[in-house]
Amino acid sequence: MNNDVITNILVCGIGGQGVMTAAEILAQTAIAKGYDVKKSEVAGMAQRGGVVTSHVRFGKKVWSPVITPGTADILVGFEVAEGSRWADMLRPGGVAMVNTIRLTPPVVSIGLFKYPDDPVAQMRAAGVTVYDFDAGAIARELGDLKLVNTIMLGAIADYLPFPAADLEEQIIGRFRARKPAMVEANQKAFEMGRAAAERAASALGKAANG
Amino acid sequence: MSAAVQAKAASRLLLSGNEAIARGVWEAGCKVAAAYPGTPSTEILENVALYPDLYAEWSVNEKVSMEVAIGASMSGARAFCAMKHVGMNVASDAFMTQTLAGVVGGLVVAVADDVGLSSSQNEQDSRFWGRFAHVPVLEPADSQEAYDMVKLAFDLSENFNTPVILRLTTRVCHVKAMVTVGERDPRAISGFKLDSKRWVMTPANAKGMLPKQMEREGKLRAAAENSPLNVIDDGSDRRIGFVTSGPAFMHLKESFPEAPVLKLGFTYPVPIEKIRAFQASVGTLVVAEETEPLIENELKAAGLTNVHGKDILPRLGELTPNILIPAIFAFRGETPPPATTYPKIDPFPRPPTMCPACPHMGVYYTLSRLRKRVQISGDIGCYTLGAGHPWNALDSTISMGASMGIALGMDKARSEETKDKAVVAVIGDSTFLHMGMQGLLDIVYNKGNVTALILDNRTTGMTGGQNHAGTGKALDGGEAPRVDFVKLVEALGVKPERVRKVNPYQLPVLFKAIREEIEQHEPSVIITDQPCVLSEFYEKFKPYKVVDQDCTGCGNCINVGCPAITVSRSESKTRPDGKVNELKFTTIDTAMCTGCHMCVESCGPKAIVPAVPVLVQ
Repeated sequence: MNNDVITNILVCGIGGQGVMTAAEILAQTAIAKGYDVKKSEVAGMAQRGGVVTSHVRFGKKVWSPVITPGTADILVGFEVAEGSRWADMLRPGGVAMVNTIRLTPPVVSIGLFKYPDDPVAQMRAAGVTVYDFDAGAIARELGDLKLVNTIMLGAIADYLPFPAADLEEQIIGRFRARKPAMVEANQKAFEMGRAAAERAASALGKAANG
Repeated sequence: MSAAVQAKAASRLLLSGNEAIARGVWEAGCKVAAAYPGTPSTEILENVALYPDLYAEWSVNEKVSMEVAIGASMSGARAFCAMKHVGMNVASDAFMTQTLAGVVGGLVVAVADDVGLSSSQNEQDSRFWGRFAHVPVLEPADSQEAYDMVKLAFDLSENFNTPVILRLTTRVCHVKAMVTVGERDPRAISGFKLDSKRWVMTPANAKGMLPKQMEREGKLRAAAENSPLNVIDDGSDRRIGFVTSGPAFMHLKESFPEAPVLKLGFTYPVPIEKIRAFQASVGTLVVAEETEPLIENELKAAGLTNVHGKDILPRLGELTPNILIPAIFAFRGETPPPATTYPKIDPFPRPPTMCPACPHMGVYYTLSRLRKRVQISGDIGCYTLGAGHPWNALDSTISMGASMGIALGMDKARSEETKDKAVVAVIGDSTFLHMGMQGLLDIVYNKGNVTALILDNRTTGMTGGQNHAGTGKALDGGEAPRVDFVKLVEALGVKPERVRKVNPYQLPVLFKAIREEIEQHEPSVIITDQPCVLSEFYEKFKPYKVVDQDCTGCGNCINVGCPAITVSRSESKTRPDGKVNELKFTTIDTAMCTGCHMCVESCGPKAIVPAVPVLVQ
């Protein structure tokens, strides 16, 4: 463990999408690897369809529970416009891993605001490295939309300072204890998330640095 | 169940501040704990209730929770209550006199400030209460400290015969960090001992206690000066020395790791001599506190010079690194490092919305149809969202329960312009029981012309669905007596013929009920009686869909406000009279739709039908 390096992961999405659970799994994996961990969340009224973010920070010793803008190593976007909303939190060279699902809020539905045509293109135009794919399509292929969470975690597994297998074990361990029938589907989801991220990265000519 | 409940002594766990406090409360041998839910403090009591060998309750409001804790303390039990910052305003009447009488069993009051205003109506600094009530204030910076300090607070309370405030902020309550837990210290309850000079606060008895309170504050001041909770975290860059407390300490260490910091955990009384000595060891003293300049002003009043604080740091919100770094660099006359590499992208706002099928939507849809005829006094809860789109049907919200009194005030202060408008008060079940009942009694007693809408969704919704005296269940989920709202409002004096119970999904019935009651010239009450869609009482039905060729684009269903309904396409249509109509054709997200039927009621052309084909016999 490098004493000075803190890993900052920002998970974002909308209330009810599983942002908190994904952040919790990342935090527990880091604890199992011996890191000091802090996890901060802005929930408040988020349960009512609002913006949700969770900051996960780990390293030898973590002070502030919040990620300073411009220092996130990884941005996990459970929704594409939400990914773009927090893109400026990334450090130079940081990676945004974004699910391309578009969830329209009522203020857009009733015509007060417009949903951007291509949030990924906006992020790229801003210089951000974005790996995007349709996690929902993979989940549907596997027969359960709840698998999006595991797919997104699989997608960032090769960008973490510990082996992908450690994160996978943390996820699978939870299901082994609570829903053994879901173990296999989650293993598949994790691997398909990893593969989707690799495809998205190679499409941009970049490889995982993990 | 939280892992903390089963954790053995010396276990190390990732806990939120709220979970850590609950564990500390239990370990300290607390016997009675009470609270009313409020973000960010809600999870404290939810977690306390999971532990054995103590009594925990949801009280009807914060003042009652404080009184329950006071009664238990008088009876020799360690007692605890928790609330959000604005809850302390409610509880303060009991608190301000309890501080004179003191405690038998340790009494700890956890008050959680919503610094940064993620879910509150104001941002207030609860450290003021320490000064106002002459009681000590402890301020943890993270989960471990929250756990440690709540235990210390019980000892401090008993040693100094005073209630103790544990001041929290959202960044303590809702941040998870590593905590090493310990063992429970089981404590017996000594029982209530008659002592009327102490417990009966007549003027004569209270007068005798005032000097003792001042004497106690002096002793507390000395204790703060020597407290191990107030420590110097030394650093090599001595240009600026920081005095700080709470999560601001963590942000400072993150931002300026080489700076010396005097970290205060026992923050009232302020250890002025300790700070004076610290100042002598550094170049310039900067006080970094969230949110008001309390320590700073006391230092200045004590004669310290060259003290900086709110002249260079913001007085509102959190002191996170992105706030501290540019402010301190500017103060040192240096250019701060660039904050971010990538520009901010701001796609569109995503404000909180009501859930698909929320029964409140029917009420606001109806009120929005009557908009020109009513003035709407609102309250605190999910239904505050009625102020937003598409309903725009809530005109004021100030504090818990205030809808009633404010409606009466509006009724008594009419202008020529508003003299014919009906005044409506909208309040939830939990909020009505919290503090709305008294307001309704006042409306009745003073012959107000107000229609009160009590939206009974059988839960405390906004804080995540807690039980209350109207749900039939207690904090632990066990059966409890359930208040009868109809009988209650009749007992307050509303005439039985002016009290109605309505299903808010039946829009025409609801519309008729509201229209008829607002035409009366006496107090009336309409109770809606369908449960929160997130509660165990809600029954889901099969989803609906929009038949596209039948949809005329009128947009009525959009005005219901359900997030499951979205616009599939818009068209501008010029009518024969030259007026342009904006048509909005809609679609329903069947995965979100719970089949509540409300939008069906709003659809003239009957274009909304069951999504699952109905078999014809």
